[in-house]
Amino acid sequence: MVSTFLPALGRVAVCGGTHGNELSGVYLVREMERKRKQMGDSVWPVPVTTVIANPRAVKECRRYIETDMNRCFSNDILSSPITDNTPYDLRRAHELNALLGPKESADATDLICDLHNTTSNMGLTLILNTRDCMALHICKYLQTKITRVPVRVVMMDVPISAAYSLESVSKHGFTIEVGPQPHGVIRADIYEAMKEGVDVTMDWIKKFNSGTVFEGGDVEVFTPHKSIDYPRDPETQELTAAIHPQLQDRDFGLLKKGDPMFLSFSGETVKYEEEETFHPFFINECAYYEKGIAFHLARKTLISIPTVQVQKD
Amino acid sequence: MPRAQTQPLNYHYVTQHSKQEEPVVVRKLRSRETRVRAAIAMNSRNNASCLPGIKRVAIFGGTHGNEMSGITLVNMWMKNAAETERNGLVTKTFISNPKAVEKCVRYIDTDLNRAFTPANISGPDTEGLPYEVQRAREINQMFGPKGSSDAYDVIFDLHNTTSNMGSTLILESSKDLFTLQMVHYIKKAMAPHTCSVLLNEHPQLKYSTTRSVAKHPVGVEVGPQPQGVLRSNVFESMRMIIKHALDFIELFNSGVEFPTCTVEVFRVRESMDYPRDTNGNITAMVHPHLQDCDWEPLNRGDPMFLTFDGRTIPFEGASTVFPTFINEAAYYEKMQAFMTTCREILAVNAVRKA
Repeated sequence: MVSTFLPALGRVAVCGGTHGNELSGVYLVREMERKRKQMGDSVWPVPVTTVIANPRAVKECRRYIETDMNRCFSNDILSSPITDNTPYDLRRAHELNALLGPKESADATDLICDLHNTTSNMGLTLILNTRDCMALHICKYLQTKITRVPVRVVMMDVPISAAYSLESVSKHGFTIEVGPQPHGVIRADIYEAMKEGVDVTMDWIKKFNSGTVFEGGDVEVFTPHKSIDYPRDPETQELTAAIHPQLQDRDFGLLKKGDPMFLSFSGETVKYEEEETFHPFFINECAYYEKGIAFHLARKTLISIPTVQVQKD
Repeated sequence: MPRAQTQPLNYHYVTQHSKQEEPVVVRKLRSRETRVRAAIAMNSRNNASCLPGIKRVAIFGGTHGNEMSGITLVNMWMKNAAETERNGLVTKTFISNPKAVEKCVRYIDTDLNRAFTPANISGPDTEGLPYEVQRAREINQMFGPKGSSDAYDVIFDLHNTTSNMGSTLILESSKDLFTLQMVHYIKKAMAPHTCSVLLNEHPQLKYSTTRSVAKHPVGVEVGPQPQGVLRSNVFESMRMIIKHALDFIELFNSGVEFPTCTVEVFRVRESMDYPRDTNGNITAMVHPHLQDCDWEPLNRGDPMFLTFDGRTIPFEGASTVFPTFINEAAYYEKMQAFMTTCREILAVNAVRKA
């Protein structure tokens, strides 16, 4: 098969603590920094910048200080001027764009791997903004190599200028989201899964840069279509139902017409009434209550990727 | 990951000879189950303990503002009290820390559930007290005063934990016959769903809880549930526990006699912290073999922590313990990875209303 040639990866960043209470990434980044001190930079195949993305939020073990930093990286928001009223998290977003970007420039980091946790039962989920060929190849590789947890790919399918998350600052970035884990807790099994995600990514980079040909094929992805909110009291906006026990923890399963969605406090089952079957994910994510999201609904599709190998100079 | 149990049970023998006498505490017996049963049979020839009727009950949610089951239940019952009404009983539902609930945080200035110390609740009137200390004084006025005959009879304080503790009832005294009988009733009613009983009577580790203003404080702790999240199964378990508790109180008030029984409890022994570096950062996580194994025996040599670079740290205690509160989010700052307990069977005398 004819290969698509892509430039070698030169600069990689691993970010933890974009949300300060998502602890796997925080401790993994610290452990990587400790390893670097102990063994030198050659411990990784390329230079790696390790970043605690939102240090104040990490210190206070909170998702964010004033505003969700992982919604601040769209081109619109990054190009707005900073004033005295600019929230801390937004100032930090500008700093990170300068450190790891600038976004969409030739100087931007090749790959940002942004580490997150979720209270949802999502195993290891890779979240991509665009159909970037290199990022999709890494996802395909992770899916073959990692067996301890299910590995799935969420494809946001947005133009890079509109992408608002930290890794969109880089050329081929993606988020590694591992759950379920309560915020403010570190579980060894979740930490190990995330560590394997990062290690296998480094493994791919090493192989790719040294000339390995990676065969193309189809990658199964989940593309978000819409989100569903909890039933709420019209006056107080308080929840009147919880995720139904038959939907709870069933991320990436099927939600068909007639399936239970919510169980109200008065004992009624609220069912999904639409014709089209979707795959729910981010079911009962703590941070999404304030965003009015009980779960997202996605369509499953296949994306074809070409065979790739590194461009020799 | 269940492990074979190797330690014999300790039996404590609790009895109240007559309604006027103080309870006789306790000879520690290492006896086989048949001897305990014989002792219970002998004891049941004595009269049931006659205890005052229960007039005022409170149900607290939101002592911690991000523990969602209790907050949701109390808000629901405040709108519609039908489920919590019982004959001859005043039941008040109450959000203990409304500011913390509004922000969905555990507390604003200081942990309300540690704030009910004598110094806090009866100190001089000063400006600039932490929010929770002010709140503790208000709660003590409304539902106490703590230690007085005017205090509420029973307070159920509703909590969630990130630990895999299932449904747990937390008691503060091994001598409170009324509460022990109520707990026995709840356990039987909830079966086959397990209710574990945690007894915190430890002189140093016992803490000044919100519910301690009542004569009979009962903690209801259900997990695992992340902070800020509402899980349907956890919500319904907690709701069912309160239903059975109120049923018991109604039956007790109507004159039903509850016979002598035994209650298995886990008595708090010590708090185990994470390994930490000189900066106070944790250097290891709860080991995967211990994670989620609340109430299961932990033996010497069993894996306890796993360092970030993959080394196992084993448990080195002299005897088998039963860990609980394993990996509770709120306890990282309190320097606790888990709590150790020892298993006991309490023999509880029969009770009826005086």
